[in-house]
Amino acid sequence: MKKLFGVLAALALVVGLGGLSPSQAAPSAPVPTGTITVSAAASLTDVFPVIAKAFMKKYPGTSVKFNFAGSSALVQQIIAGAPVDVLATASEPTMWQAVNAGHVGKPLLFAKNTMAIAMPPGNPAHVTGLPSLTQPGVLVAECAVAVPCGAAARDLLAKNSLTVKPVTLEIDVRAVLAKVMAGEVDAGIVYVTDVRSVGSKVSSVTIPAGQNVTTTYPIAAVNDSGNPTAATAFVDYVRYTPSALGILRAYGFAKPW
Amino acid sequence: MKPGSRAPWFLVVPGVLALAFLLAPLLALLWRAPWGSLLEIVRSPVALDALRLSMITATAATVLATLLGVPLAWLIAKAQLPATGLVRALVLVPLLIPPVVSGVALLSAFGRRGAVGGFLYDSFGIQLPFTTAGVVLAEAFVAMPFLVIAVEGGFRSLNAEFDEAAGTLGASAWTSFRRVTLPLVAPALGAGMVLCWARALGEFGATITFAGNFPGVTQTMPLAVYEALESDPSAAIALSLLLILICVVILVVLRGHFLRPLAST
Repeated sequence: MKKLFGVLAALALVVGLGGLSPSQAAPSAPVPTGTITVSAAASLTDVFPVIAKAFMKKYPGTSVKFNFAGSSALVQQIIAGAPVDVLATASEPTMWQAVNAGHVGKPLLFAKNTMAIAMPPGNPAHVTGLPSLTQPGVLVAECAVAVPCGAAARDLLAKNSLTVKPVTLEIDVRAVLAKVMAGEVDAGIVYVTDVRSVGSKVSSVTIPAGQNVTTTYPIAAVNDSGNPTAATAFVDYVRYTPSALGILRAYGFAKPW
Repeated sequence: MKPGSRAPWFLVVPGVLALAFLLAPLLALLWRAPWGSLLEIVRSPVALDALRLSMITATAATVLATLLGVPLAWLIAKAQLPATGLVRALVLVPLLIPPVVSGVALLSAFGRRGAVGGFLYDSFGIQLPFTTAGVVLAEAFVAMPFLVIAVEGGFRSLNAEFDEAAGTLGASAWTSFRRVTLPLVAPALGAGMVLCWARALGEFGATITFAGNFPGVTQTMPLAVYEALESDPSAAIALSLLLILICVVILVVLRGHFLRPLAST
């Protein structure tokens, strides 16, 4: 009888929390509290703080701090022992490095992104599409291939059989965007979400879906987390709640499933 | 230890701690180094490109800093400017601000849309960002203060009588500067150039911000280390060891010649 009551109470708690995934319905699911640090890909710089705000509102007493950088740098930091609770990368290969090194739990895919060309306002070099990037005199910034946006840019150009000689290989997508906004390059290969987040500070060209490539974003709790309850809760919140999904959509991310 | 100079514990303990603190990270690098593949990594095209570029740009930045910095040092030390203290403080600014801020400042001045850079680009089609010249500029900006401060100290300790004597013997201002003044400040100049070169060699923030990162063109050793860290940490350690080795060699080779005046100033 006592046992049944416990299960019912846990069930009520889960329902009260707004329908988490069935895996959360364990009878002793504790309420998340305390601080977590989330290492997130640079392209999540704008959207994740908004999701975190909704998360903290849902779980009063929690606090989310962020560490934004290129995905591969984040993975190396965790392998080197950085005190991080959650990892969200901009590609599956970078997440698998952390999984294979035994540092994170099972990753969940939560978003999808595609590429766009960003130009300084006014588009001084008259970039009209991917072929423009091959023209001499058009200065192009890309990410280094070690980071997901660089791998995606490489795949994008290969898919369209284009050879582009960039003038700089930046260490994360936000650095590419910064070079574009400063007007120092004529075009940068970035995510559609980056273009969207900076509004009129850049012009942009949409790449047709048939020519474009996509990258998917996995999120996972870090095994050595000092706050596994809140870490898991954040991972589940990002992946499963309509609230997080709506925020991601509003920032231009697509569903990966 | 000489009698009478017994070191008290309250200096010995923190002093030894400081030494351990400075050396521990370097020893840890040696411990983590991929000794088996070290030569292979250091001889890879990316590493050789970065090393070559670092040597060329650090040397060019030092030459630029010397040509411009020595006259500036003389002005501060000897010309009795109206606000010498202020000028000296301003020269120190690039040394004190974060290098990434220097990079942003350089973009504002010499970028394609910058105050000076815009003119260069519109009139001559010259663009400094993303070029090796841009790397030299960034390194000179950050490293020149070291040279100016060292040489200024040398000029200030000069006795004006030598210069006057040369003048009365009929030497022109140029001859007197070249044959009398410069040789007298040679130790300070040497120390300043070494410091300037070493700082230029290690430059990262201003370079990546202003000049970007492309192998063979703007990717110097520190940038190569940073990029390697993202994909292959053991390669990053190998490249770091190479940089440390270069610095140690310089220290050993120059210790008796150039670094002594630093101790006395």
